[in-house]
Amino acid sequence: MPETIEKIPLKVNVNGKAYARNIEPRMLLVEFLREELDLTGTHVGCDTTYCGACTVLMNGAAVKSCTVFAVQADDAEILTVEGLEKDGQLHPIQKAFGDAYGLQCGYCTPGLLISTYQLLSHNKQPSAKEIGKAIAGNTCRCTGYQNIFKAIQLAAQNKTGA
Amino acid sequence: MAIKPGSEEKKWVGQALPRKEEDRLLRGRGRFADDIKLRDMAYLRFVRSPYAHARIISIDTSAAEALAGVVSALTGKEIVSQTQPFIEIGPDSKVRDYPFAVSKVRYQGEPVAAVVAESASIADDAAELVHVEYEALEPVVDAEQALEDKSILHEESGTNKIWNGVFEYGDVEKAFQDAASVVHIDRLHFHRFSSTPLENNVVIGEWNQKDDHIYYSCNNSFPSFAIQFLSAHLNVHIDRIRVQTSDIGGSFGIKITNYPQMAVVALASKKAGGRPVKWVETRSEHMTSSAHGNERTFRDTRVALDKNGVITAITSRHIDDCGAYPRYEPLGCVIWSQVFPGVYRFKNARIDFTQTVTNKCPVGPNRGYSRMQHLWFLERVIDICAHHLGIPADEMRMRNYIRPEEFPYTTPNGCVYDSGNYPGMLEVAKQLIGWDEWKKKQDEARKRGRLIGIGIGTTLDSGTNNFGQSQIVNPGAPFSGNSQGANCKLDIYGEVVVAVGSCPQGQGHETTAAQVVADVLNISPDLITVRTGFDTERNVHTGFSGTYASQFAVSGLSAVHGAAQKLKTEMKRLAALVLETKDDDIEFGVGAQGPELRAKTTGKSINYWGLANIVNVNSAVLPAEMYDITLNCRYIWRAPFKVPDKQRKYGNLTLTYASQLHIAVVEVDCETFIPVILDYVAVDDCGTVINPPIVEGQVYGATAHGIGAALLENCAYDAVGNMLTSTFSDYTPITAVNMPKIKYGHIQTPSPHSYSGAKGMGEGGAAPIHTISAALQDALFSNGIIIEDSFNNADSLFRALVGKEICQAEKLVKLERRAS
Repeated sequence: MPETIEKIPLKVNVNGKAYARNIEPRMLLVEFLREELDLTGTHVGCDTTYCGACTVLMNGAAVKSCTVFAVQADDAEILTVEGLEKDGQLHPIQKAFGDAYGLQCGYCTPGLLISTYQLLSHNKQPSAKEIGKAIAGNTCRCTGYQNIFKAIQLAAQNKTGA
Repeated sequence: MAIKPGSEEKKWVGQALPRKEEDRLLRGRGRFADDIKLRDMAYLRFVRSPYAHARIISIDTSAAEALAGVVSALTGKEIVSQTQPFIEIGPDSKVRDYPFAVSKVRYQGEPVAAVVAESASIADDAAELVHVEYEALEPVVDAEQALEDKSILHEESGTNKIWNGVFEYGDVEKAFQDAASVVHIDRLHFHRFSSTPLENNVVIGEWNQKDDHIYYSCNNSFPSFAIQFLSAHLNVHIDRIRVQTSDIGGSFGIKITNYPQMAVVALASKKAGGRPVKWVETRSEHMTSSAHGNERTFRDTRVALDKNGVITAITSRHIDDCGAYPRYEPLGCVIWSQVFPGVYRFKNARIDFTQTVTNKCPVGPNRGYSRMQHLWFLERVIDICAHHLGIPADEMRMRNYIRPEEFPYTTPNGCVYDSGNYPGMLEVAKQLIGWDEWKKKQDEARKRGRLIGIGIGTTLDSGTNNFGQSQIVNPGAPFSGNSQGANCKLDIYGEVVVAVGSCPQGQGHETTAAQVVADVLNISPDLITVRTGFDTERNVHTGFSGTYASQFAVSGLSAVHGAAQKLKTEMKRLAALVLETKDDDIEFGVGAQGPELRAKTTGKSINYWGLANIVNVNSAVLPAEMYDITLNCRYIWRAPFKVPDKQRKYGNLTLTYASQLHIAVVEVDCETFIPVILDYVAVDDCGTVINPPIVEGQVYGATAHGIGAALLENCAYDAVGNMLTSTFSDYTPITAVNMPKIKYGHIQTPSPHSYSGAKGMGEGGAAPIHTISAALQDALFSNGIIIEDSFNNADSLFRALVGKEICQAEKLVKLERRAS
């Protein structure tokens, strides 16, 4: 019965800010981000770890937050799409996605930005094949991926060429 | 952008302007329906049928209602007592469609009840406590079996048949008598799939008890259609239903038919005393019970050809499967005829078209709706005839294409193709793919036992439809023509604000509308605000407003253009008065104080703030003869259509015809039977282009949907109506690793039917499905295979090549050569 579910304390750092909440153990990380913290940039698309609209960075690794219990993120550092910009300025990856028309409806975009962030953090000049592999878990139904490849290549150029 | 604001040349249309929508979406600040949280909001969860066909014996909601945190439960019986069945578009329909199954369920996933609770997770728990007892009935999942009427879905109808009509033009019998050869094709089948927008359906509804209005925030993509259905169903004055959308995470037509869920949410809110109620669909719900594309079977096709391989006549029997309820159907029974002859010149044809219900998810207008099935059929006919007659696929098309000099071209059923150049597109595509080199490589590979095919697909994307075609399926239907509304105003402080009746889902309407207005007013698009999403209370919608059927560049932007022109005229008159000159002495530009109007003779000017000030808050200075000026201009654009001839099924059904031509090189692996795309070209023609990267993006997106549908995505059912692909892991939407790199090309044949020369585009006509079927057949024809189905994966190719169960040319196709 719901009223008897014991809530569990959770401490987590999201986008550089510390949060403490008591939550139901069954709460998913994506629900925690969206419902408890009102960080609605992270989306739910498939509920089953296929589409990656819910991708966030957890302790430096991209995870699908629909398949992580919030309590598993205790003491973790989380980066969501809202944490990418700095002082109002778009992150180079965000800018590249805009410049290369790498989005249409924008629903998958937050997850793709995070997957790209992770890719470029360990691979400065990824090949097309490496890009494909890095975003294989991010479904986009609008762009046919063509401009997403271009956006990621552009982001890589902008970061290393600067 | 390089264009200098205020320059005399009108140039914003046609530029690769960055999208206005981008900033919020990149920052994670888009506002999608599920992001909205209202005070005192309750959450709804549906209880759905595990059976495809069953009688409901009893529904017990008591345990669910007893759960702490549960607000209420709702069943079909309760809904029936408060509502009218939904409008049926078909003639004399006896189908009674409610948002819940009432006495029986007709597809797996059909809602039978709903629970409303204080939180989404309590609603989940409660839904599991609803006990439903069923008595299983015989399910029917195959369309041709359904037409035998052995097991009937809607007993009141007495039959599963929803619609039948014969479309006959020219002199079919004579064409067959005169034919040099006749090709018989026993069966072809276009499979069931869905473009599955990444954002599921979401509805927040509040039936406010104080003002008796219903307020929706949702992601329905054709709201003016939805409110017509909801008003009649809920017995609520249509002006009391407000629908707002904001950012929408894709629709592709699928979100047109979420009005039944919108009805349930409103009724649940009413029962909860007017609290806002939110429903967020899960992906499995979306896969089993949202909407799928139409499945179609083509039987007994006969094709008459002359001695040169030119098709002179086609006869065929088409059976469309609309799932358990017609909903938007039987409109699909006529919409295919917008492209009756495809891109080909044959004049004589008889298509006997039937639609049936089956125990599967109801269909909805999925990207390429109803035309793509028919265009695929025609492309199969072309390739099957070409292979059997030994004519190369490109040559076969060249002999049969409508010629560039024949535009505007009137089809046998009275449609007017505005412009096009199919041979020109073929030439561009062949160059891009390196046709001759691939032909050589293909021959060499074949010698080494590799199975490589090269396929062409030519398709049409008919846009801005004439709703008068509804009268061909139902002579009593009260619809014809097409229209769209827009408003363009100078707000109190002189800001330019535009509202359109469209309902975008990523197509860049804010950007392209701003480009059009920028050209009219000669200012930068940055100075123009285009409102996001749709809202009935903006009062810019007509009964056709929404975003569907490849039309925004024509209907939406024509409305925007009209509204901007009206505003421009008013601004000119007012400026002439203030600057003491004549209207034609006024020019538009940008000065030291922002956008302004100048008198060419005196150099005196007034800026937008000055004009807006006079009309809005300083009106005592306005002379009475200028009282008609509001600087708030609404314009309704209407497509110049006539009501079609219902008896002959004849008339112009669509305003513009964008076209696409694709070429694919596909290899079937001889060991795994996995089809792999080796090279791919897409050539597009949508007339004058408003924003090239937006058009290119639509082509890529439609191409991915088509490739996904051709090779990966199939709404599969077993024999008793269990849906086998109810998660993404089973349905496998195309990903970055199985999407090939697309070589993109385009030509422009401006439309004489739109003010700008643009044609509606975006659906893409399912070109990849035609193209990949063609390439696979080219790879396998020498093995005795013709491609019978629009869906082909390793499993089906194995069954064709090794099992010899399907796709056997000798069983499916007969060639009859006549002595000349």
